[in-house]
Amino acid sequence: MTTAALKQETVFDINEMNLWYDQFHALKDITFPIHKKEVTAIIGPSGCGKSTFIKSLNLMASRIPGVKMTGDITFNHQNIIINKPNLVDLRKKVGMIFQKGNPFPQSIFENVAYGPKIHGIRNKKRLQEMVEDSLKKTALWDEVKDRLNVNAFDLSGGQQQRLCIARAIATNPDVILFDEPTSALDPVSANKIEELILNLKQNYTIVIVTHNMQQAARISDKTAFFLHGRMIEHGDTNQLFSNPKNKETEEYITGRFG
Amino acid sequence: MNSKLADKMATGVFVLIALIFISLLTALFSYILMRGLPVISWDFLTEASSVVREGGGIRDQLFNSFYILFVTLVITVPLGVAGGIYLAEYAKPGKITNFIRTCIEMLASLPSIVVGMFGLLLFVNLTGWGYSIIGGALALTMFNIPVMVRVTEDAIRSVPADQKQASLALGMTKWHTIKTVILPSAFPGILTGTILASGRIFGEAAALLFTVGLSTPELDYTNWNPFAETSPLNLFRPAETLAVHIWAVNTNGIMPDVTEIAAGASAVLVLSILLFNLLARFVGKIIEQKLTANKK
Repeated sequence: MTTAALKQETVFDINEMNLWYDQFHALKDITFPIHKKEVTAIIGPSGCGKSTFIKSLNLMASRIPGVKMTGDITFNHQNIIINKPNLVDLRKKVGMIFQKGNPFPQSIFENVAYGPKIHGIRNKKRLQEMVEDSLKKTALWDEVKDRLNVNAFDLSGGQQQRLCIARAIATNPDVILFDEPTSALDPVSANKIEELILNLKQNYTIVIVTHNMQQAARISDKTAFFLHGRMIEHGDTNQLFSNPKNKETEEYITGRFG
Repeated sequence: MNSKLADKMATGVFVLIALIFISLLTALFSYILMRGLPVISWDFLTEASSVVREGGGIRDQLFNSFYILFVTLVITVPLGVAGGIYLAEYAKPGKITNFIRTCIEMLASLPSIVVGMFGLLLFVNLTGWGYSIIGGALALTMFNIPVMVRVTEDAIRSVPADQKQASLALGMTKWHTIKTVILPSAFPGILTGTILASGRIFGEAAALLFTVGLSTPELDYTNWNPFAETSPLNLFRPAETLAVHIWAVNTNGIMPDVTEIAAGASAVLVLSILLFNLLARFVGKIIEQKLTANKK
């Protein structure tokens, strides 16, 4: 298989997907694929539904009272909207990083080991290896290896966010969803997260919601532009930013609204 | 009137109210302590009380108060915490939940003398236990469960939502999230709430008058078999508590030093409750610091 063919392998196939909050139609006929081992950025103005969309991919959205979803999100050959998959398995495979680092009020080690422990790993040595491996993958190991027993709240905001990424990686997911992961961080910390995402792309499929168009342009392979609950345009990031097909996309990326 | 003046006046009024409260509290405390402290001695705390003679202590009453508190907490905390978890995490908003909540609030606001009368009917007469520690503890449970439910629910609701989200997004089940993330975070709140509720249990008299009685049998403090007749741990013996003792000696005490005993017992009671409150703050602060160490 050539690299190009491999790249087009999809992880999520979203087809005519709709979502309502009670009467409010928040996502309308969303249709596009998310390709394997690529970074897909979701951009759009506030309230366009991009956060709701990313929360649908691991069904965190269905937790919200009054939410109704229809259509098709195919992950691992099954429609997760209709088939009601085991949420434990789904979220093990589809990790999520939130706007603000949200470590548990426990030690750094316990934070990273939390997922693997739940998913049945008890062997202490194995846990230690997994924690070390996850922390290395998030470039946090050198900063914290001497104080793994320190409370995670002692870390800086950027470190906390990377710890959360390590925590998600430790369950060995296929996909990592990032919901505006740098919006609460200073530029230097944000930069580190961006570098990290570019590294993680080799092993994981990444979906990132971002307010920051430069960020989307810097780190993503594909970009989807959302507006008023619709997916307006989806394509190669370079092309979408340099030569958007849709007029609204162009207006948004040139800063005329949003 | 300009707004600057209005602002100054508002500040003045609030400071005045605060001052009134503080001086009332100080006056009350110093009155109780000034009268009571001279009476308190090692003998006063370790001697059995006497019905007719001078110089009786409050040993049994003090022990009873702590023991009843302990038994009540053993019953109340698990039930109250479970109820709080249910209301915060499982109950769907709606008529039934509202009804449950109203019931709980009603229970919390029942006058304790009514709870005492009800306890007399149920735990003393119907069960045939007579005046007993377990009966008293169950009566106290009735109005302390609502407090514990409320405390737990509030503590759980104040756990940051993003921690719960983080756990669910890692694939944890709801129960596992509650067990490993929410309850540990809510623990300081639940603990301080429990200690504060303890202060109320400790000082309660009305609900205990008709449930644990006004007397204590001869106790043998070397016998710790809870089934023995004279054991202090026996759950089915009458047990006058400190608060009840204060009421009893004041209303029908015939010993010559009634006033001293009442004053001393009151001071011990107030100091104990003060201790509970300080302990609640202290423990809460320490755990909070541990959990949220320098959030920069």
